[in-house]
Amino acid sequence: MAAITTDQHGHGGHGDPNVDYLHVSKGIWSWIYTLDHKRIGILYLVSVITFFIVAGLAALLVRIELFTPGRTIVDPDTYNRLFTLHGVVMVFLFIIPAIPASLGNFVLPMMLGAKDVAFPRLNLLSYYIYLLGSCFAIYSLISGAVDTGWTFYTPYSTTTNGAVIAMVLGAFIAGFSSILTGVNFITTIHKLRAPGLTWSRLPLFLWAIYATSILQVLATPVLAITLLLLMLERTFGIGIFDPHKGGDPVLFQHFFWFYSHPAVYIMILPGMGIINELISTFSHRKIMGYRAVFISSLALALFSFLVWAHHMFTSGMSEYANMVFSALTFLVAIPSGVKVFNWTGTLYKASIWAASPMLYALAFLFQFCIGGLTGLFLGMLATDIHLHDTYFVVAHFHYVMVGSTVFAFWGGLHYWWPKITGKMYDEGTAKKVFWIVFVGYNGVFLPQFVLGSRGMPRRYYDYLPQFEFLHKVSTMFSWVLAVGLFWMLFMFIQSLRNGKKAPRNPWNSAGYEWGTPTPPPLENFTSPPTFTRGPYDYHLATDAEIAED
Amino acid sequence: MTTEATADHDEHGEHGGDPEHPHADHPKWLQHHWDTPAQQFDAAKLGMWAFLGQELLFFSGLFVAYAIYRTWFGEAFAAGSHELNRTMGAANTCVLLFSSLTAALGVRSSQLGKKNETTIWIVLTIGCAFAFLVVKYFEYQAKFHHGLLPGTFFGTPRDMLTFEPLVGAHSPAAELPNHTNVFFSLYFIMTGLHALHVIIGIGIWIWILKRNLRGDFSKRYFTPVDITALYWHLVDLVWIYLFPMMYLIDYVPPGHRG
Repeated sequence: MAAITTDQHGHGGHGDPNVDYLHVSKGIWSWIYTLDHKRIGILYLVSVITFFIVAGLAALLVRIELFTPGRTIVDPDTYNRLFTLHGVVMVFLFIIPAIPASLGNFVLPMMLGAKDVAFPRLNLLSYYIYLLGSCFAIYSLISGAVDTGWTFYTPYSTTTNGAVIAMVLGAFIAGFSSILTGVNFITTIHKLRAPGLTWSRLPLFLWAIYATSILQVLATPVLAITLLLLMLERTFGIGIFDPHKGGDPVLFQHFFWFYSHPAVYIMILPGMGIINELISTFSHRKIMGYRAVFISSLALALFSFLVWAHHMFTSGMSEYANMVFSALTFLVAIPSGVKVFNWTGTLYKASIWAASPMLYALAFLFQFCIGGLTGLFLGMLATDIHLHDTYFVVAHFHYVMVGSTVFAFWGGLHYWWPKITGKMYDEGTAKKVFWIVFVGYNGVFLPQFVLGSRGMPRRYYDYLPQFEFLHKVSTMFSWVLAVGLFWMLFMFIQSLRNGKKAPRNPWNSAGYEWGTPTPPPLENFTSPPTFTRGPYDYHLATDAEIAED
Repeated sequence: MTTEATADHDEHGEHGGDPEHPHADHPKWLQHHWDTPAQQFDAAKLGMWAFLGQELLFFSGLFVAYAIYRTWFGEAFAAGSHELNRTMGAANTCVLLFSSLTAALGVRSSQLGKKNETTIWIVLTIGCAFAFLVVKYFEYQAKFHHGLLPGTFFGTPRDMLTFEPLVGAHSPAAELPNHTNVFFSLYFIMTGLHALHVIIGIGIWIWILKRNLRGDFSKRYFTPVDITALYWHLVDLVWIYLFPMMYLIDYVPPGHRG
C-alpha cells in the first residue's frame, strides 16, 4: 500500500512540476517578491543566521571581557551594551523566528501535503515586518545602543541614556511579524491538510509548531502593549510604571514576563518538534506514545501562561503568590518529562543510525535534561532566593535555549539541508564539527552553574578573584565553540559550492516531506497527495518510500 | 479530536467537487493553493478570528492596568470620570453600535450579490466612523484645554494642535484627588489606541468600497467584506467596554440623586 498516493489527473496549475523551486524563476526580484513558502523560509534562514553571528560575536566579546577581573578589553558601559545587544538580538531576531519561520515555513506545507501556507502574501509581509524591526534594532545599535539588558526593566529603561526607544520599537515590530506567522500557521494546519491527513497523523513537528503558533498569537500582543507603554513612559512620562506619578514598576515585570515566559516555549517547542522527527527517522521506528507527545506540547503551551511570576520571586510579591507560582512551575516538569521519557523509549533497543542530525538530537536529550532539571532548583522558592540573578540562571536558560533549542535547530538544519538545497554536506566533517560544538558548548556553560551557586551575580562587569579560574575556563571554551560554529558555516558553504547531489530521501525517512522530489517543485508535490499512513509508520511504509531515490 | 478530523475531512470531500478534475472549477479570485471556494473562505475567517484573538490580548494589558489602578485609586478614577463628557461618550457609543449594524447589513447585501446596496452600507459605516472621530476630536480638545492630560503634562492647559501651553486657561486639575493623572494616562492610551483602530478600519473599508465598486464581489465571493466586518465588530466591542469603564464610574442617573 502506497502511503502517498497521488492523483494522476491533477494538474500542477502553475509551473513545471519537473523544475525545482530554486530554478523555477531567476534573478534577485524573483526572491524579493516571492510568495513561495520555501523561498520565504530561506530568506528567514539567511537573516536569522546573520543575526546569530552578530549576537554570537557580541557574546564572544562579553566572554573575553570576563577573562580577567576588572577591565580586560572594554569599559563597563560598553560591556553593558554588549550583553544587551547579545540578549536582544538573540531573543527577538534569532531564536524566536529561527525554527518556526525558517525551517517551519519550509517544511510545514510539505508535511501537510499542501502547495503553500494559507496566506502566502501575509507570509512575505511577516518577513518584511521582521526586517523592518531589525532595521530599528540596528539603528539603535549604531546610535548609542542600549544598556538595559534584554528585559528592559523599568525604571532603569525609562531613565537611562541610549537608544532605548529604537531598540524597543524594533522588538515591538518584530513581534507583529511573529503574530502574523502564528495566525498563518494555525490557519494552514486547520485548513490545508491533504485528504487522509487526520489530526492523529499530523507530524509531531507540526503539533509543536501549532502549539507555538497559539503562543505567538496570544502572548506576543501582551509584549507589544508593554513595550508601547514603555515607549510612552519614556517619551511622555505617562506614569503607568513610574512610582513618582502613582505607577508601579513591578507591573512592568508582570506584563513583560506574561509574554516572555510563554516566549521561552515559543523558543523550545519547535526544537522539541524537530527532535521527534530526528529520533524517529534515525531510530527507524514509530515514535513511542505519539498521543502523549502531542498532548504534552499543548500542555506546555497552556502551562506556560500560568507561571510567569517565577521570574519575580525576589521582586516583592506576596508569599502566597510566590507559593502558587512556585507550585504551578513544577507542573511544567510533567509534560517535559513525558517527552523525554517517550524519546528515550523510542531509542530503547532501536537500531540507531548515529548520523550527524541524530548526534544533535542525542545532545539535545542530554542537555535538555540538565537545563530542565536545573529549572526545578529555580522554581523552588528557597533555593531561588540564593540563585536568583546569578550565573546559575544564566547557565540554566542557556542549557534550554542553546543546549536544547539551538542544538535542535542545527540538527534540523543538517536533516533538511538536502531537502532545501538539493546538496549533501560532508558527513565526516559534520561529525567532527558536532563534537567540537558539543565540547565547546558544555565547556562554556557547565562552569557557570558552579560560578552561580557560589554567588557570582549575572551581568556584572567585575568579580572577586575566587571566580577567576571558572570564568577563564568558560571563556576559553567559548573559543572552541566559535571555531566549531565557523567550521559548520564553512561546511555548509562548501556543500552549496560543490556538494554531492542529494538523493530524494537521504535518511530513508518515512516523513511526508521526503515523499516529494528533492529539492521540491514549486507546488511541492507533482500532483495532489493523499495520505494513507502516519508519518512515523515505518511498519507500513513501502520499500520504495524509504529508499534513497 | 478524531471526530473533528473526520468532519473536517468530509467537508473537504463535500466541497471538493469532481475528484477527477480538482482544478476544473478555479475562478480568478480563488488562489491557486486552495481546492475550493469554501476552503478559502473558511481559512480567511479562521485567520481573522485568530487575529482578533491577538487584538483582545493586545488590549488586555491595558484592562489589567486599569483594574489595578482603579482599585488603588478609586476616588481619583471617579473624579477623573466625572470630568469626561458623558453626552458625547453616549452619542459615540450609539454611532459605533449603528455602524456595526450597517457593516453587518453590508455583509448581508454582499452575500446576496447586491452590489449597489453594499456600497450604501459601506459608505454609511465609513460615515459613522468619521462621525465618531469628529466627536472624539472635540472631546480630546476639551481635555487639552483643561490640562487633563497624561502623567507629566497633567495640570497644564495646552493647545491640542500646537501643544503650546495656554496662558490664562483654568485647569480643574489642582482640585482633583492625587493620582487622577493615572486615570487620564489610561484614558488617553486606551481611547487613543481604539481611535487608531477606527482609523485603520476606515482605511480598510475604503479599500473594500473600491473593490466593491470595481465589481470584485459576488454571491460566490464576498470574503473580504465578511472579514472586514468581523474586525469592525471588534472595534465596536472594545468601545462598548471602554464607555462604561471610562465615563460611568460612580454614575448616578438624574432621577436617583439623593
